[in-house]
Amino acid sequence: MIAALPTYRVERGTTASRIGTILGVVLLALLIALPFLTGRATLRLAIEIFAYLTLAQMWNLLAGYAGLVSVGQQAFVGFGGYMLFALVLFLGLNPLLALPVAGVLTAAVAVPTAFVVFRLRGAYFAIGTWVVAEVYRLSFAQVSALGGGSGMSLPAAAVRGIAADAQLRESIIYWVALAVALLALATVYLLLRSRWGLALTAIRDSEPAAESVGVDNDRTKLVVYLVVAAVTGVTGALIFLQKLRIAPDAAFSVNDWTAFVIFMTVIGGIGRIEGPIVGTLVFFVLRALFADYGAWYLMLLGLVAVAVMLVAPKGLWGYVADRFALQLFPVQRRVRLLEEPRA
Amino acid sequence: MAAILTMDDVSKRFGALVVTDRLSMELRAGEALGVIGPNGAGKSTLFNLIAGGIRADSGKITFSGHDITALPPHERCRMGIGRSYQIPHPFTGMTVFENLLVGAIFGDGRGEAEVYDLCIDVLRRTGLLRKANALAGSLTLLERKRLEMARALATNPKVLLLDEIAGGLTEHECHELVDTVRAAHATGVSIIWIEHVLHALRAVVSRLIVINFGQKIEDGPPDAVMASPQVREIYMGIEAGASVTVPEPADA
Ligand SMILES: Nc1ncnc2c1ncn2[C@@H]1O[C@H](COP(=O)(O)OP(=O)(O)O)[C@@H](O)[C@H]1O
Ligand SMILES: [Mg+2]
Repeated sequence: MIAALPTYRVERGTTASRIGTILGVVLLALLIALPFLTGRATLRLAIEIFAYLTLAQMWNLLAGYAGLVSVGQQAFVGFGGYMLFALVLFLGLNPLLALPVAGVLTAAVAVPTAFVVFRLRGAYFAIGTWVVAEVYRLSFAQVSALGGGSGMSLPAAAVRGIAADAQLRESIIYWVALAVALLALATVYLLLRSRWGLALTAIRDSEPAAESVGVDNDRTKLVVYLVVAAVTGVTGALIFLQKLRIAPDAAFSVNDWTAFVIFMTVIGGIGRIEGPIVGTLVFFVLRALFADYGAWYLMLLGLVAVAVMLVAPKGLWGYVADRFALQLFPVQRRVRLLEEPRA
Repeated sequence: MAAILTMDDVSKRFGALVVTDRLSMELRAGEALGVIGPNGAGKSTLFNLIAGGIRADSGKITFSGHDITALPPHERCRMGIGRSYQIPHPFTGMTVFENLLVGAIFGDGRGEAEVYDLCIDVLRRTGLLRKANALAGSLTLLERKRLEMARALATNPKVLLLDEIAGGLTEHECHELVDTVRAAHATGVSIIWIEHVLHALRAVVSRLIVINFGQKIEDGPPDAVMASPQVREIYMGIEAGASVTVPEPADA
């Protein structure tokens, strides 16, 4: 059986991915330089986009790959945000230093949370995550040291600790947001390229088959859940660092931190890296064009979601990628036979 | 030969329906065992019980001397139980090669680069090398069935469970399949094969068990089993030993 194995090579890159890399580098240089090119309003918008890119990547990892359809991401966003304020307020930490610590703390609180929600499956899991997020919201509303139900502002001294000048401060937060988004993207990409990615993709496609070939589904899901919690917590801290103010309703908003994120991921294409990126951009374009129409705008989002699901159930990116066999982030392995097998 | 796998008085019910009824059997190391029986008799359930997809209500299952009755499926796979599903469960969004990689890396517990050779070898042995880069979701039903076997083989199993992989094949394809299964068997893998295509089955197995209503009703050499009155009654009109295919089950 060993004899006459054909010579072969296993490759990862694609033409699209190589072109994508070059474009990506150019785009990155542009993004790094953005604070020197535009004003604060644009930077604020960009920070928000980066935050949503990260949230969407994380929800995609959770729901699109691990099959964990969470509608309680606001638990981690809010918790991360509150940890930032608590670390700054009680320990006098520099807000920028507090960001990664908030992520670690969010992952830590995700452990007991997982203990509860992992007992639930499917729709019950979804509802469970929402209930947990509500418990978080109600709990933080009770903490008077953090402003109770009406919330609090970040102390001015701490804000000046980032940078005395408002323009520079906004730029720094912008670069941090860019770094977080890139790190999240790199994490997802490297995770999916690794053996964990094989396990996760297998789970995405068939849970019974995955466990029948030796994948520990539960452990894989738990690891993903904790990674997602950490990154979502950092993102939450970042969001409220930019806002400089936090309150329970804003911190634990299911609309802002889960519903919109699900919209982005699903219309972009769930279960692929590129999906959330496309979806986030589409969302912000729609918002820029139609947000002034209030309730009509939300109905429009709903209509777009329904239309995309009917026409392109794999999302906009899925539709394009399947047509043209595109992969910007080459996670797939291709076998190239260099020599015909000697039969 | 020592038993590599035993089931001891195993029962399983779904609600009021008893699908496995106090069933005992054993598989000897290196043996190839065939399983036949009518649709709905509980054959696939037997595989689910062995591979861990469902837990037994009572009874005991041992593998290589270890009690595996309560072990989760991934641990059973890592111990050496490889299975195929009657209704294929490919990892549709991954390439055929990657489908095997998952099995080889997690089922056999090795690093990615170390298992490339094994996967290429299995692809070639199962006739899927040409399809290595195809997405598993794009395969035909027959190719998916072959992938089921290939992915199980990639886990480097000691026992291979094959569930109706020969249905719908042409004569030529059926011969190829028999050769593939025989080749796997020749490397020392023990096999349990559920199959309606009797001539394919009989070309490989040296013993046959018959399941009906969740019970084992026959167990022995294929000729003797096929000649028994009870089996002839179930397979009415089919001469034992003849090269005849039982009609494809409707649920396949
Ligand atoms: N998960 C399940 N839940 C309920 N009933 C099931 C389940 N799996 C199998 N059954 C039932 O158990 C019986 C045996 O099924 P199965 O083992 O697939 O039979 P076979 O493989 O011999 O055709 C059938 O009546 C089937 O409908
Ligand atoms: Mg069956």
